[in-house]
Amino acid sequence: MPIITYRQALNDTLGEELKRDPNVLLMGEEIGVFQGSYRITEGLLQEYGPKRVVDTPIAEEGFVGVAIGAAMLGLRPVVEIMTINFILVAIDQVVNHASKIHYMFGGQVRVPLVIRTPSGGTGQLGATHSQSFENWFAYCPGLKVVAPATPYDAKGLLRAAIRDDDPVMFIESLALYDTKGDVPEDDDFVVPIGVAEVKRTGTDVTVISYSRMTAVAMQVAQRMANEGISVEVVDLRSLRPLDRPTIIASVKKTNRAVVIAEDWYSYGVTAEIAATIQEEAFDYLDAPVQRVAGIETPLPYAKDLSAASKPSAHSLIYAIRKVME
Amino acid sequence: MVKEADIVRTSLADEDADELRHYYYQMLLLRRFEERTGEMYVKAKIGGYCHLNLGEEATIVGLMAALKPEDYIFTNYRDHGYVLARGTPPGPIMAELFGKETGVSGGRGGSMHLFDAERHFMGGYAIVGGQVPLAVGAAYALRYQEKPGVVVAQMGDATTNIGAFYESLNLAKLWKCPVLFFIVNNGYGMGTSVAMGSSEPDLWKKGASFRIHGEQIDGTDVLAVRDACRRLRDYAEREADPVILDMVSFRFRGHSVIDSDRYRNPEFVRKGRQEHDPVRNFATLLHEHAIIDDAWLKATADQVEHEIQEAIDFANASSDPKIEELYQFMYATEVANTPGPEDAIAAVKINRGEV
Repeated sequence: MPIITYRQALNDTLGEELKRDPNVLLMGEEIGVFQGSYRITEGLLQEYGPKRVVDTPIAEEGFVGVAIGAAMLGLRPVVEIMTINFILVAIDQVVNHASKIHYMFGGQVRVPLVIRTPSGGTGQLGATHSQSFENWFAYCPGLKVVAPATPYDAKGLLRAAIRDDDPVMFIESLALYDTKGDVPEDDDFVVPIGVAEVKRTGTDVTVISYSRMTAVAMQVAQRMANEGISVEVVDLRSLRPLDRPTIIASVKKTNRAVVIAEDWYSYGVTAEIAATIQEEAFDYLDAPVQRVAGIETPLPYAKDLSAASKPSAHSLIYAIRKVME
Repeated sequence: MVKEADIVRTSLADEDADELRHYYYQMLLLRRFEERTGEMYVKAKIGGYCHLNLGEEATIVGLMAALKPEDYIFTNYRDHGYVLARGTPPGPIMAELFGKETGVSGGRGGSMHLFDAERHFMGGYAIVGGQVPLAVGAAYALRYQEKPGVVVAQMGDATTNIGAFYESLNLAKLWKCPVLFFIVNNGYGMGTSVAMGSSEPDLWKKGASFRIHGEQIDGTDVLAVRDACRRLRDYAEREADPVILDMVSFRFRGHSVIDSDRYRNPEFVRKGRQEHDPVRNFATLLHEHAIIDDAWLKATADQVEHEIQEAIDFANASSDPKIEELYQFMYATEVANTPGPEDAIAAVKINRGEV
């Protein structure tokens, strides 16, 4: 299998889907002439032209709504929101419209829409450009929310999302774009939405994570192995639907669980996972579930404070040691 | 309410008498459907919010007379009349208001969320302004797929104060989308008058900085509405260009069924209902031109009553949506780890205290 970056996996998949289906089109700010703020859409305007790769004005509510309306008539728009922070001005369209149209109108119309956007942040991006809002969308019935951690999953899930007839929030991470991994050349492999994956098997403790935190968890698991602690890593891959059976099966095996996510601690993704574990595997637990998440302030700009506010390998190791006590 | 010079008077000489009679029939159907709907609400057959089109019959029937089957319509929550006038039978509409499984949206939508895919009625939407970018998107898709047709983005006057409206104007013009921005200007957004909410009370002018042509039309004159809509519809389709229609009409009652309308002067309302009643005025016009007579009026009224009673009977006789179908329509593409019929039954039993 060729080894490519997460960015390349996304770029390849967008190009292949544009080629495969004439109803697929890309929309977003700076995705064409500028070639993408994070170069995910590089070269696609040149190859597929302005009908298929549409530069939009800065009007997220407007163009997300346009994409939903176009999807209702059979197009398959793939919208890029430059970062998840900017989707807040379009949230009415996503939550009140895209997520409800199929159900509320009795299944008469479909909304085959993908919204791609990077969440979280590193590198002193400050309070308004570093947030994680995937839990806001995972909260909402009617949406599908995926957050791949590897180039393989990025490709397989993006393909599944574009070919899916429901609105899918496709959560990326700036810090993952340059990471590398194996990606098969097979034209038709997809990663199913709603299915988690045990990324590393272990026997002592289960770490549950997604997106960038899965990369952190994999590094930490390797390190803990050197100390004689066997860590199993469950990569959620999808936040809605949530693959509860895979989480529960792993925790029943290891009897200990740590949940890590980049969003804020209270009301975040880790809370949902911890609640699920205590509901369905309470009798199997040898220690309380530990949660690792962001410190609850608007993210400060100052370099040290900024880095120290986000969950890290250190905080994950601390939590693993705590459940192993 | 409308400047005399803006009104294009239509001579009845060029009209097809059957068509005129059909407009009257449709307007009366809307009028009586809404009056009976109000009664059903009071009888608690209908729940939630319920907004009536009373006073807006000419605006709706005139628009529908101008549209073609290939056109699409998105409206706000005051949507009953649009679906009716587009040709959806009254029974499934009333059944939706009653929350029945035979309703146009399978009982999942209610009064504010009617839908008829077959007739290109793409939904009533209840978040003010939400439907406007959707309509632009539908027009965008028509252009993308090189199909004929236009898309109507119906909204109330107060919607012209929300951001989504302006983003939609900009995108529709920029991307050459054939959209009729169809403003039903009944003078009030709930209890806030146009003058209180809009720094430009001439709503048809609001497209000026987007280079979008706008017109004000007497929304109580079915023929004026039809002619303006035909002309602007054809323009929008031919030129792939959006337009604004400011349809001035009179709201007969409060904002919704439960609004007691305390903010409008009772004398203003009484006078408005007398002078701007589109149904009665049209009947008078047809009568004057000997296109209808008293016997026809009586027969038409009887037929309308009968049809609506049938719709109410149909709704009453219909079943509630099944509990096991609670999760039906959640997703169009099946996906792992989602609840099914058994989960629905189990959850509902607990919520009802049956276990």
